[in-house]
Amino acid sequence: MNSLLEVRDVSLSYHTPSGETSALSHISFSLMPGEFLAIAGPSGCGKSTLLNLICGFLEAEQGTILMNGKPVQPRSSKIGYMLQKDQLLEWRSVWKNILLGLEIRRELTPEKIGFARELLTAYGLDKFRNARPSQLSGGMRQRAALIRTLVLKPDLLLLDEPFSALDYQTRLNVSDDIGQILRKEHKPAILVTHDIAEAISMADRVIILSSRPATIKNIIPIDLGIENRTPLSSRNAPAFKSYFNLIWKELNQND
Amino acid sequence: MTESAAQKKYLQKQKRERRLIFAARILLFVGFLALWECSAQTGLIDSFIFSSPSRIWQTFLKMCMDQSLFTHIGVTLKETLLSFFFVVIAGIGTAVLLWLCPRLSRVLEPYLVILNSLPKSALAPLLIVWLGANERTIIVAGMSVALFGSVINLYTGFRETDPEKSRLIQALGGTRKDELLKIVLPSSIPLVLSVMKVNIGLCLVGVVIGEFIGARQGLGYLIIYGSQTFKLTWVLMSIVILCIIAMVLYGILGFAEKWYLKRK
Repeated sequence: MNSLLEVRDVSLSYHTPSGETSALSHISFSLMPGEFLAIAGPSGCGKSTLLNLICGFLEAEQGTILMNGKPVQPRSSKIGYMLQKDQLLEWRSVWKNILLGLEIRRELTPEKIGFARELLTAYGLDKFRNARPSQLSGGMRQRAALIRTLVLKPDLLLLDEPFSALDYQTRLNVSDDIGQILRKEHKPAILVTHDIAEAISMADRVIILSSRPATIKNIIPIDLGIENRTPLSSRNAPAFKSYFNLIWKELNQND
Repeated sequence: MTESAAQKKYLQKQKRERRLIFAARILLFVGFLALWECSAQTGLIDSFIFSSPSRIWQTFLKMCMDQSLFTHIGVTLKETLLSFFFVVIAGIGTAVLLWLCPRLSRVLEPYLVILNSLPKSALAPLLIVWLGANERTIIVAGMSVALFGSVINLYTGFRETDPEKSRLIQALGGTRKDELLKIVLPSSIPLVLSVMKVNIGLCLVGVVIGEFIGARQGLGYLIIYGSQTFKLTWVLMSIVILCIIAMVLYGILGFAEKWYLKRK
C-alpha cells in the first residue's frame, strides 16, 4: 500500500537577529491511509513546527514532504488543521462558523452546504445552529471546530494539541468524542500532544521526538488487542500501562 | 423571584447612593448659576465682562427670534459632521492600507507619530492660506485634528487581533484579504465605535479653530466676533451651546456603541 504522506529527511532552523536555532533535524516518517498517528515530545521541541511544515505554512530548508506522491502546497484543501483552541468566531453563529472555510474558498454550493447540514445533524449540533459559540459547552465548541474542518473534506487532518485548553474531565470526553468521529469518518490524522496517555489512547502509532532540535527517537506501534477501540476503552486496556511506561522512559532518556 | 431582606436593603442603599449623586450634580449646577447671577446683579463682578445667566438667556432668545443663531449652529454642526464622516472613511481606509502593507506602515510610523503629537491648531492658518477662507478649509481643519490619532489607534487595534485567528484563516485556505474581511474588521467594530466617539469631539474642536480664523458664520466665528467687539455674552452663549452639541454628539455615539455591544 502506498503511503498517504511521506516526510523525508526534513530539517528546519529558525532565524532571529540573535542567531540561528535548529528546530527539526532529519525527520523521516510516513503515514498510511486511514492511519492515526500521534507525535509526542517535550514542550517546545518543534512538534507544532512539524505540522506547519506538513500543511505548507512553512517551507523545509532541507528534505521533502510528499502528499499522495506530490509536494505539499500551501493553502491546500487536502489538509485540514485543528488549532490548539477552537477559534470559533464570537460574532458568528455556530452555523456561520462551520461555513467559514467554504465561504473563504468560495465553495458555498448547495451540495456542500447540504454536507455541512448532515454533519451538524450527525454530531448533534443542529439544535444549536443559530446559537453563538459562547452558548456552547467546551466539548460542543470542539465538535463545531471539527465540523468546520470536516466540511472541507480533507484527506488528512492535523491536530495541534486540540484538547490542551480543556480541563481534564472535558478533555477525556472530548478526545473520546473526536477520536470516535474521526474513526467513523475514516480520516487519517496526525495528533501532536505532550500528553502520553492521550497519544496512546488515540493513535495507531506514536512517534517520539527528542528535545530541540527534534529528532525521531522512536516510532512505537500501538496494539492494545481490543476490538472497536475508542480512546476511553483504550485507556482501560491491559497493555495501556506498559505502553505508557515505555514511552515515558523514551521521553526521559538523556534529557 | 423573591429577594431576601439583605438583598432588598443592599438595592435600596444602591438606589439612595445614585439619587444622592444625581441631586448633588443638579445642586452644583443650579448653585453655580445662582451664584453667578447674584454676583452680577449685586455688582460683585462686572457683568460687562463676565455676563450673567439671565443675559445669556435673553441673548439666546433674541437670536432665536431673528433666527441668526440657527444659521450659526447649523453651519458648525454641518462642518463637524462632514469632517467626522471624512475622518471615519479616511481613518479606516488608511489603517486598512497600513495593515495590508506592513512595510509601508513601518516607513510611515515616525511621521504619523509626529503629525499626531503636533498641536493641530498650528496648521489652521496655513490651511486658510492654502485652501482659502471657505467651508472646505474648515472641514479640513476639523479632520486634521482627529485623523492622525484615529489612524494610529485603528491600526494598532487591527494589529492586535489574535494571531491564532489569522492562523485559522490560513488553515482554512484563506488569504490576507480573507483575514481582513473575516477577522480583523469584524473584531474591530467595538474599537471603531470607541474611536469614533472620541473623534466627534475632536472634529468639533478642529472646526471651531477653523472658524476662529477663516469664517463668516458658525459658533467659532461668533466667539471671535463677540470677543473682538466685547460682546462677551455672545461668547459665553456660544460656549454653552458648544458644550451641549459636544454632549449630544458624544451621547449619540455612546448610545450606538452600547447598543452594538448589547446586541452581541
